[in-house]
Amino acid sequence: MLLEQLINGITLGSIYAIIALGFTLVFGVLGIINMAHGEIFMFGAFMGIIVTSTLKWPLWAAFLVAIAVTAILGYMLERFALRPLRGKQGVSHLAPLISTIGVSILLENISHHLFGAGNHPFRNSFAEINFQIGSITVYLVQIIIFVISIILMMALSYWLLRTKAGKALRATAENLETASILGVNTKKIIILTVIIASAMGGIAGILVGMAFNSVNPQMGLSMGLKGLAIIILGGMGNVKGAMAGGLILGLSETFVVAYGDSGYRDAIAFIIIIIILLVRPQGIFGQKSAAEGR
Amino acid sequence: MKLLKVTGIETFYDKIQALKGISLEVEQGKIVTILGANGAGKTTTMKTIAGLLKPKKGKIEFLGEDITGLRPDQLLKKGIALVPEGRAILSSMTVYENLEMGAYQRNDKEVEQDIENVMKLFPILKERKTQLAGTLSGGQQQMLAIARAILSKPKLLLLDEPSMGLAPLIVTAIFKIIKEIKESGTTVLLVEQNAKQALKIADYGYVLETGKVIISGNAEDLLEDSRIVEAYLGKKSS
Repeated sequence: MLLEQLINGITLGSIYAIIALGFTLVFGVLGIINMAHGEIFMFGAFMGIIVTSTLKWPLWAAFLVAIAVTAILGYMLERFALRPLRGKQGVSHLAPLISTIGVSILLENISHHLFGAGNHPFRNSFAEINFQIGSITVYLVQIIIFVISIILMMALSYWLLRTKAGKALRATAENLETASILGVNTKKIIILTVIIASAMGGIAGILVGMAFNSVNPQMGLSMGLKGLAIIILGGMGNVKGAMAGGLILGLSETFVVAYGDSGYRDAIAFIIIIIILLVRPQGIFGQKSAAEGR
Repeated sequence: MKLLKVTGIETFYDKIQALKGISLEVEQGKIVTILGANGAGKTTTMKTIAGLLKPKKGKIEFLGEDITGLRPDQLLKKGIALVPEGRAILSSMTVYENLEMGAYQRNDKEVEQDIENVMKLFPILKERKTQLAGTLSGGQQQMLAIARAILSKPKLLLLDEPSMGLAPLIVTAIFKIIKEIKESGTTVLLVEQNAKQALKIADYGYVLETGKVIISGNAEDLLEDSRIVEAYLGKKSS
């Protein structure tokens, strides 16, 4: 039982981690909270439904379509909602936040219109495939989610640490002006960041659809707020923090449902935020102040 | 040959005019220094040349080509590298990664070798190469910033107050390095508060005051110029 819950918790946690990574990348580079990230994620989930249930294409095609659609949404978000506000005189620093909230409402309404308001089941042929290891039941879907999450996190870490573009992104995140005098086209890096973050949201969308077998236009908001909770927990703009925070939230939610009261499930994220803000406001991996070293 | 020619640039911060028509020239292979008190417009001039600020009026030419209004990354490609005031180290990246970022636009195979070479020039960077750059001392950070800029193989190196806040011994070392950079064939435009030491290594100098050039001339002459001696060198030091 404990082991089963542990597996459930890790599965959920690794999805949370991927959503939070999208948040943290954008925050790291642009210094803004992308409130539309949850809705982009939701679009990814719907792409999964359309491709597997309506079009009856295989699962890998669902991932490709979701990545493509969410990457385009990410590009449009940057191009039309964020870029016009950047570097302009007299624009409040809250303007990009409000702008992304606007985009999130727009996307939610579009999805109501396109997909309908209700819950959509995520039908796929292998949802019920499971293995019995001793007394534990493990679903194939869980293994797929876990493996994809781990691959994604490792690929992102490798990309950020070892590749030229990844280093340019880190440089841009630390200081836009410094990166630009070192020859980085920061405009391109910003676009790239928002696209990668959105595509990760899209992948997470499919994984959530598979895990919960349910997709609806409202799912973006709660997932977005949880992603926000995770990056506050892990440290704003911190990649390691997003991964660890995601796992912590996933595990604690699962254990509260298993051994406590399932009604408190969604409250966990916000209880964690309150505790973290009181005890360690910079987050688990965060530095005291990002501006201090500059 | 003229490497850089700046004609009548005017740069604004919002509505405040920081540069009121600055013109200057930098001859290839020379060290040219810009002197002046705080707020004279030295850093603004450097930032405008490096593309971080866009001038409202005026023209900047590099090797005869109009480069006014280009972005910093485009200017670096043309051969203009800036070491900004306050060094602008990437403190969350390692010393080695900072050096790699210096060669960001290069794709040739000699990058690794060149990084080895600058680490020979600055042995402290080799010792600390896996350390986070933020943990270096001020002088070490300045050396890293200069080393990083050299790695882009610039034709023109813009150095904004490299001696600021450093101990006298380190300042001497930094000036020695600037001279070596010139001898290796890179042209240097140097902004300094430390007028005496700057003029000693420079070939030509400009003095700014409230956004305008008020004096210019050969460095040796400026060292003797009574106005400069009084204002920037102190009477005794002449």
